[in-house]
Amino acid sequence: MLGDFMPILILMAVAGVICGAMVTLSWVLGPKKVTPYKQSPYECGVEPQGDARERFPIKFYLVAILFVLFDIEVVFLWSWLTVFKTGSLEFQVFSGAAVAVYMLLWIIGDAYVIKIGAIDWDEATSLAPEKLGLSPDAEAA
Amino acid sequence: MTLPLPLATSMTSDVPLGWFLTLGLFMFVVGGVGVVVRRNPVVVFMCIELMLNAVNLTFLAFARYQIVPGASTEQAALNAMNGQMMVIFVMAVAAAEVAVGLGIIMAIFRLRNEADLDDMSALRG
Amino acid sequence: MIREQPIPTIDWLTLAPMTTVVVAGLVALFIEMFRPKQSNGPIVTVSVVGLALAGALTLAQFGMEPGPTFAGMMVRDQVGLVLQLLLIGVCLLTFLFSDPYLREKKIAFAEFYQLALWSTAGGMIMVSTTNMLMLFLGLEVLSIALYCMAGMDRKQAKSQESAIKYFLLGAFASAFLLMGIAYIYGPTGSLDLGGIAMIAAMPESGYLTMAVFGVGMLLVGLMFKAALVPFHQWAPDVYQGAPTNVTAFMAAASKVAAIGALARVLSASGALQEFWLPALFWVAIATMVVGNFAALVQKDVKRTLGYSSIANAGYVLVALLAHVKKPDQVPLTTALFFLVVYCLMTVGSFAVVSLAAKGGEEGTRFQDLHGLWKRAPFAVGCLIVFVASLIGIPPTAGFFAKLFIFQDALSTGLVPLAIVLAVTSAVSVYYYLGIIQATFVSDEGARKTVSANPSFGLNLVCLFCALAVLVVSLAAAPVSQWLRGSTQLPGEAQARSELQLDSGGRVGAR
Repeated sequence: MLGDFMPILILMAVAGVICGAMVTLSWVLGPKKVTPYKQSPYECGVEPQGDARERFPIKFYLVAILFVLFDIEVVFLWSWLTVFKTGSLEFQVFSGAAVAVYMLLWIIGDAYVIKIGAIDWDEATSLAPEKLGLSPDAEAA
Repeated sequence: MTLPLPLATSMTSDVPLGWFLTLGLFMFVVGGVGVVVRRNPVVVFMCIELMLNAVNLTFLAFARYQIVPGASTEQAALNAMNGQMMVIFVMAVAAAEVAVGLGIIMAIFRLRNEADLDDMSALRG
Repeated sequence: MIREQPIPTIDWLTLAPMTTVVVAGLVALFIEMFRPKQSNGPIVTVSVVGLALAGALTLAQFGMEPGPTFAGMMVRDQVGLVLQLLLIGVCLLTFLFSDPYLREKKIAFAEFYQLALWSTAGGMIMVSTTNMLMLFLGLEVLSIALYCMAGMDRKQAKSQESAIKYFLLGAFASAFLLMGIAYIYGPTGSLDLGGIAMIAAMPESGYLTMAVFGVGMLLVGLMFKAALVPFHQWAPDVYQGAPTNVTAFMAAASKVAAIGALARVLSASGALQEFWLPALFWVAIATMVVGNFAALVQKDVKRTLGYSSIANAGYVLVALLAHVKKPDQVPLTTALFFLVVYCLMTVGSFAVVSLAAKGGEEGTRFQDLHGLWKRAPFAVGCLIVFVASLIGIPPTAGFFAKLFIFQDALSTGLVPLAIVLAVTSAVSVYYYLGIIQATFVSDEGARKTVSANPSFGLNLVCLFCALAVLVVSLAAAPVSQWLRGSTQLPGEAQARSELQLDSGGRVGAR
């Protein structure tokens, strides 16, 4: 069985040796002359400014997190559908009810996310003065 | 009852089960070592995901090869479903963990602009 | 082609308590959705009513025919019911003092209540199933909600740090748990814990190796959750950093759920005990020693109580080992009794410690408790009862809880464990008394923060826990009789037949 893969392994080994040799040799043999000007990052000939690590608005992450959740939701529906279409009527009713409950929970969760403004672009918090047992005016004053 | 799956015996391939288990354990150990040595919480979490995927591979390998002694083909098909079902749930739970984990890491970034596990040492006794 | 798909028969009453708790959480979510940014009062009311209803539904099931339902996914038995009731009680007690505390700390997010309710439901699933898929799902529902709750104080680095530590180590532990399940599933083809007993009877040694590896990994995962040494490092950090009401809930509920699951796994794998009993024997010793000795040098009350909860996990592990060693002679009642008392003491003490928060500030070092006696004499009086019970001073329930474990350990030949239990309990007197002493120091110069005035809910929790600790001790015999019911886990019959082959005492003789 291993014999079948032998040509591929040999190919990979040869490719690895050639690539490695090219990179190593040019690094070892090539002339190097380091100057501060050469070390500075190239930005279309313009003087670089600021930090390269720009921070994304945090809302992108929230959307990404929600996407991950909805991404995985389908896994259950997919496996359910594969058995649903060939099942007996009784099974279809039973599993359909179960999936309805499942989807209902998703919808409630989604409605909650939208309602509390988690994916709005402005900063949102559910902490209001009333939650802390204060009147709204007290906080403003 | 009729079988919901092709028979387990007709599904074996040339690669023996042991190799799948070895690969699973190897991935699991790589992930475990990564959790211990890496300092960035996101990378640590990726290592944990690697461990979970190693588990998934193990489950699927076991589900496909059906090594249970003395099981009828019907029983083997049901057993295979057990393992596959488990994999789906592991994936779902992993997604939920990603959501919560990224949320926590985000909250830390908001608070202190960087997240390195070595710098988190306010709690010690 | 129409295929026959099996439709499970469902005993709705078995599922009713968990469903009620989950639905209460959903209703609370709806309240927050439709009247946002207003007081949490209605949410607390709905949660408490829902929990009370779930508790009633659980109580109604005591004495009913035990058995599995939902194709073996859930099971109704005495142990499961007792632990479910305990989890509901813990959640209820936590809610009673949570709102004033969260308001003082200025983090009164309504999400705490829903998360705690769903977390409770996860724990309830965990303690009432023999299916490893449900065990895993229950564990994750419990844990994921706890990760969020631990990081609830978004403005405080400590809280965030505790959340990320808990999260990373919890997910790491889950991976071990899952690997264990995979290797038990492989040779048995079943996700039920009952499958473990099958393996022991199998002739091929390869299967046995796999199963032993699987059970080992499963136990590692659960020991992480129960914070047993050497998998305990997360516990003090998380207990210290999380908001105090979350700590109270976490210390009690996650320990109950983890120990409940551990009890089921250990009982089901009784046939393989020659492999894991020696290891767990040393784990129990290490847990009691490390928990108690590390607590001696702590400067933070929540951290001290965290180490104390590790030590308590060690005590209850002794009870579990005694039970698994001789299941027919030693019932699981001792462990249940200890867990009940442990929950009362823990929730009560953390409730008193939660007084340290006022106006968004919280200090939980020992000197921050100075002068608490003058500000909240009733709460401190109750704290004395809890601490006396944690130490195990006779008129309190903690004494009987430890005494029963001591007797069990002696009668099953686990004499070294009994000795370590007694010695480390004596050591624990020092740091427990330190907590009491701190509240009586009248010099308040060292403290950074002011204590809140105890709310009605907090006094109620203190009163209930203190009374319960005393009443349970007076009625120790009837209570353990009630807990016993027909306490027997599935898989025990198998364990017993194995034990007749094994002469026993192997570990105790070490």
